[in-house]
Amino acid sequence: MLSIDILLNAIVTGILLGSVYASLALGLGITFGILHIPNIAHPTLVVAGAFFVYTLAQWGLDPIVAAVIGLVPFYLLGVVLYAFYSAVFERKGGANVLQSLTLFFGLSLVIEILLSLGFGSELKSVSVSYIGSSLKLGVLTVPYRLLIPALLAPVTIAAVWFYLSRTNSGTAIRAVAHEERALSIAGLNPASVKRHAFGIATATAVIAGAALIMVGPIEPFAGRYQIGRVFAIVVLAGMGSIPGSLVIAIIIGIAEALVSSYLNPSWSPGVAFAILLLGLALRPQGLFGAAR
Amino acid sequence: MRKNSLVFLAGIVIVLALGFLMPWLLRNPFYFFAGYVVLQYVTIATGWNILGGYAGYINFGAAGFFGAGVYLSAFLFTTFGLPLPLCILAAAIVGAILGVLMGYLTLRIQGVYFAIATLGLVVVLETIVHNISGLGGASGMAVYGPRPPAWSPGPSQYNFTVMLVIAVVSVALARWVEISWIGRGLRAVRASEDAAECSGVPTLRLKLVACALSGAVLAAAGAPYPFYTSFVEPVTAFSLIIGLNAIAMPLIGGTRTWVGPVIGALLLASVQQIATVTISSELNILFVGAVLIAFVAFAPGGISDLFGRNKGRARS
Repeated sequence: MLSIDILLNAIVTGILLGSVYASLALGLGITFGILHIPNIAHPTLVVAGAFFVYTLAQWGLDPIVAAVIGLVPFYLLGVVLYAFYSAVFERKGGANVLQSLTLFFGLSLVIEILLSLGFGSELKSVSVSYIGSSLKLGVLTVPYRLLIPALLAPVTIAAVWFYLSRTNSGTAIRAVAHEERALSIAGLNPASVKRHAFGIATATAVIAGAALIMVGPIEPFAGRYQIGRVFAIVVLAGMGSIPGSLVIAIIIGIAEALVSSYLNPSWSPGVAFAILLLGLALRPQGLFGAAR
Repeated sequence: MRKNSLVFLAGIVIVLALGFLMPWLLRNPFYFFAGYVVLQYVTIATGWNILGGYAGYINFGAAGFFGAGVYLSAFLFTTFGLPLPLCILAAAIVGAILGVLMGYLTLRIQGVYFAIATLGLVVVLETIVHNISGLGGASGMAVYGPRPPAWSPGPSQYNFTVMLVIAVVSVALARWVEISWIGRGLRAVRASEDAAECSGVPTLRLKLVACALSGAVLAAAGAPYPFYTSFVEPVTAFSLIIGLNAIAMPLIGGTRTWVGPVIGALLLASVQQIATVTISSELNILFVGAVLIAFVAFAPGGISDLFGRNKGRARS
């Protein structure tokens, strides 16, 4: 019955991994899913968040506390990024998608190189007392270094979803993507609403970064391997469906865990992209999105 | 147009003649070693621009096509001993097929999704190569290139001349696309895809043609690479700097005409060749990234637009 053990362990690992991926994709779910800004620098911002947490952890701070501290500087970073983005593009009457893609591509490279110049290109990790051992439940072995980050994701997603759906400023964020002019007629400044949303999206990157560096060691260029996953999650969930992204993330996590336990771990980076390509070809509106 | 074409043809003849004569005039093989990289980037930028510039569809996966060309030609040469021109041709064909497949899966939706999917192409191809032991896997494989023919003084010079021919053919191809009905159609796609579709432009078919041509040129640019380095491994074959330069060079030079990518590649690749000798490769990427951001933000028309060459043309 060894194979059942492997299967069960792979599925549980996949669910936990998927949950971590969902927190990585959360910020992109706001910028790309809701605001339609193709921020391909988001995974790199997550890596920057991980290095922020690493730096504070070096001073003896708990990674989760470090991430909470990081929310403010990362919110401000997001505001500055959006201010630059809109100063460049939106005053010319609407951003050209391809130009903004290129801009964020260049930006993510610059961030990666700055991280690599600042921290060196070796792998960095954090060590905390509670992420060393594993939880054993019958045949299941669940390492805490995966369990704790995986629990972080649903909490963050729930908080963001509650904010977006139940508060006034959250409703404004959803409204600005839908009908910008109506929002300005209602007396709100669309630019400042978007700036705020971009700030929140960037702030989630530091939480995701903390999750990522707890799961395993990280290097400055790690964001590149997450791009496929996060875009697969946001696009397949249906643009703007944040709870849907958790479901898709878990499906991708399980698929990757199955591939790495039955085939070879070196195949798993390709899994998310394969799912994304198939999804785009078969159901471009996403699994949870309405048809456009 | 006819007079322009004659001038262009004369230019090609002069460039090729110089390329074949130079190895006998300049003795230092280093110039050809460095010149190879510059010409490789002229080809890559030109190939990228057929889809990215004319049609406005951004391909982040240039390194995927390039790497596919590198590995295909390395494999064909070491296993079957195929001559170099056939390796290049095979790489171009596979690049075209890859481009059409890629386009077929993603182009029916929107430009954004195409761009994102191309990001994945590199990861997927690199993963595949990593897992094929016949291609050397992660540790790479050595390739002992063909002996240079009698008309060339050494391997560096020979590789340089081969790359020059590929670059010239690519530029000529890009120019042909630009002035033919394909280019007109692609410009219509770029200006407004919906309007083009409504006026009867076969947008999907045109985009697939552009994908195929662009993929073919990008893969052909990689074909002589194994003989240039004598060693291939996944990290350099699918290197990030290739994907970055493929976008940065046309955007800096200007994406409207075939001249733009050539100017951008000559400028940026020469600077990089000098920079890699003098400063680190990390600062090199930082520099290109910063220049790319500056151009996207403040001079989206590129250098050829700044100098007013195409001021009269419509902007999209």
